[in-house]
Amino acid sequence: MCLAIPGELKEIYTPFPDGFRMGRASFGGVVKEINLELLPEAQVGDYVLVHVGLAIARVDADEAEKTFALLREMGELEELGAEAAAPTAAGAGEERSP
Amino acid sequence: MNPAFSCPLPKLDFSEIQLGHGSGGMLMQKLLEPVFGLFSHPALAEQHDGAIVSTAGRIAITTDSFVVSPLFFPGGDIGTLAVHGTVNDLAMCGARPRYLALGLILEEGLPIAELWKVLCSIRQAANDCSVAIVTGDTKVVERGKGDRIFLHTTGVGDLHPEAAISARRMEVGDRILLNGPVGDHGVAILSVREGLSFESAIESDTAPLHRTVLRLLDRFGTQIHFLRDATRGGVATVLAEAAQQGGKGIEVEEALIPVGEEVGSACELLGLDPLYVACEGRFVAVVAPEIAEEALLEIQQSGWPQAAAIGWVAGEHPGKTLLRSAIGGRRPLPLLPGEQLPRIC
Amino acid sequence: MKLLSEYRDPELVLRLLGKIEARITRSWRIMEVCGGQTHNLVKYGIPSLLPQAITLVHGPGCPVCVTPRRLIDQAVALAERGVVLCSYGDMLRVPGSRKSLREAKAGGADVRMLYSPLEAVRIARENPGREVVFFAVGFETTAPANGLAVAHAAREGLRNFSLLSAHVLVPPAMEALLTDPDCRIDGFLAAGHVCTVMGCEEYEALAARHRIPIVVTGFEPLDLLQGILELVILLEEGRAEAKNAYGRVVRREGNPEARALLTRIFARVDREWRGIGTIPGSGLDLRSEWKAFDARVKFALDPEKSEEAGECQAGKILKGILKPPQCPLFGTKCTPIAPKGAPMVSSEGACAAYFHFAGFASGAETKESVASAP
Repeated sequence: MCLAIPGELKEIYTPFPDGFRMGRASFGGVVKEINLELLPEAQVGDYVLVHVGLAIARVDADEAEKTFALLREMGELEELGAEAAAPTAAGAGEERSP
Repeated sequence: MNPAFSCPLPKLDFSEIQLGHGSGGMLMQKLLEPVFGLFSHPALAEQHDGAIVSTAGRIAITTDSFVVSPLFFPGGDIGTLAVHGTVNDLAMCGARPRYLALGLILEEGLPIAELWKVLCSIRQAANDCSVAIVTGDTKVVERGKGDRIFLHTTGVGDLHPEAAISARRMEVGDRILLNGPVGDHGVAILSVREGLSFESAIESDTAPLHRTVLRLLDRFGTQIHFLRDATRGGVATVLAEAAQQGGKGIEVEEALIPVGEEVGSACELLGLDPLYVACEGRFVAVVAPEIAEEALLEIQQSGWPQAAAIGWVAGEHPGKTLLRSAIGGRRPLPLLPGEQLPRIC
Repeated sequence: MKLLSEYRDPELVLRLLGKIEARITRSWRIMEVCGGQTHNLVKYGIPSLLPQAITLVHGPGCPVCVTPRRLIDQAVALAERGVVLCSYGDMLRVPGSRKSLREAKAGGADVRMLYSPLEAVRIARENPGREVVFFAVGFETTAPANGLAVAHAAREGLRNFSLLSAHVLVPPAMEALLTDPDCRIDGFLAAGHVCTVMGCEEYEALAARHRIPIVVTGFEPLDLLQGILELVILLEEGRAEAKNAYGRVVRREGNPEARALLTRIFARVDREWRGIGTIPGSGLDLRSEWKAFDARVKFALDPEKSEEAGECQAGKILKGILKPPQCPLFGTKCTPIAPKGAPMVSSEGACAAYFHFAGFASGAETKESVASAP
């Protein structure tokens, strides 16, 4: 469950003295006010994961990159080794029958 | 389009709609006088019970009601919708829109300025579409019994001599064309809804479609098998209905269906599928495969550069629509049980 | 969209599929307990791409869908008593025993669909003369936002805001499935965003206790396939461990601020799950210190007793024991328009998916959900 998507933190503010930590984040050009109470470490420029208007995590850019590096590397290794991997997968998708 | 179009608010002795404005008495006359002026057409000027008009031969007729909240939204308002909606329904029958009858249901207390703004939009949209408002009706309901303005339009159009538009004419192998990115209208409305609002540059896609359709019919005639505009329920609903009504299978490729970047983002945010989000200026054409490429070019050149071929009529799964997802997986595209709602999970 | 679209790369999807294919030697039944994951699995047609040997079983992962009739009835009753009843969009169409919130609205009740519970606090602030109740459904991901709404209302001194809490917790539901001797699940994909808040420790304990592998998994196609791959590797190697395959937003300890807030505001309670029954310790309600904001206390709601549809086989379907058409209600008394149990309420639930796939001769439906149980 739990639709949460990453947005780029554009601005952080406190709407009134002693008020809550709020911010504005851009989700691919769509801008929404978000609550930052539970993410004290978030800074402008960070990508934050937002669920029902509340930021619940900073997206770890290094981790995000790592996943990709692994995936790409994996593909390249396979291409070097046997060319079977991708075609097998494509076949599995195309030729599925009851 | 008339760039010099201006529409000054008439001087009236009242600033809000009262029950008396629907009474048939002097107040009503006072209100309608400038309205007749605004839409100036000889048939309307007769102020008769109905309009007498001429047509070219076989006609298409359609009727539609318009209720939208808020009345004014980025890219349009209820007045624009009331014209484009009916014009597009005529176009989908293969007809050239000629005349509109306009019904107004006004809620007591509605500011005259708002009414006027809507009427001006209606006039401008009608002018743009070359249709005439030839007759109409006004009713006023008590405060709380309506939602400011409800509109109703009935349209009459001359049927194109070559038009033969029916879901039953779809044949296996036919191509499915779409004139532009989907979901803008529904997302524009949501962007200004209380509780869901967000900032974006997204505007309603409301637009008339008859010129494009008439060009297609002029050039390809009966090879245009089926037309349907995507409104509530979006393009997915149109496809599901087409398959159902035509008794054929439909297959579409998600990667080929254009979705604007911001519309896509807004849908991610709210948990909506853009394929099910409302449009007001988008249509699907099911055409013979031989002419598909040229028909697509024709659509693109008639003001829809982002038009795309998104799928085909299949020999399998009759009555159902299947989508090949952006990553190649397959899933059905059924009718939704009700309207699509923003989700949290 | 940055950090989303990259994870939908069709070419990388193929590579991952190839990797899964290469690692698998026998049949595995994998359950995700997360409506968002179910949604995307179905949306991207992933079941149709996976090797035949993998059967995906969609678990009770949609907190909206598992909300029991009794709680919806309470929300409907409150709405009909004249409060401003606010909730999330998808909650509005789930039927109670008399009606859904949508139908209550049709009957004249003031029911509002909100994106965020903090909007409900704003409505309370702007309408001091009216009682505003937020119908707080959700898993551990959503509970912090709902709890924060209470904290904010308290800080602002609002007396006209309250919460009707219907929160549910994931690990107790997994525990309940695993303790059923008939349960035939080999491994779990754990809900990534639940773990964003709660971390991974509970799942490590669960994996060890029940000797079952669990992989914390994200939502985009590459995330889902990565999670499935990691799980297949654990299964093939016979390792009953919990792993985190969603490192970019899930830390082992979760979000400490959010966890602290949950502890401060909510207490664990037994909760009834629609179509499944009561699961001990599987809910969160407001602590007694916050009773001024508890709609149940404030409006003296009766803890009416449960009246779940007797014939609904949701529990068995969710455990992979029955296929949807084997339920006597399927397609007749229970359809997407008039759903009885959770798997039909959610459009991606096992029953609804089965319903929509009917009529496709080949391909898509053969790999759908529990449909292809061996």
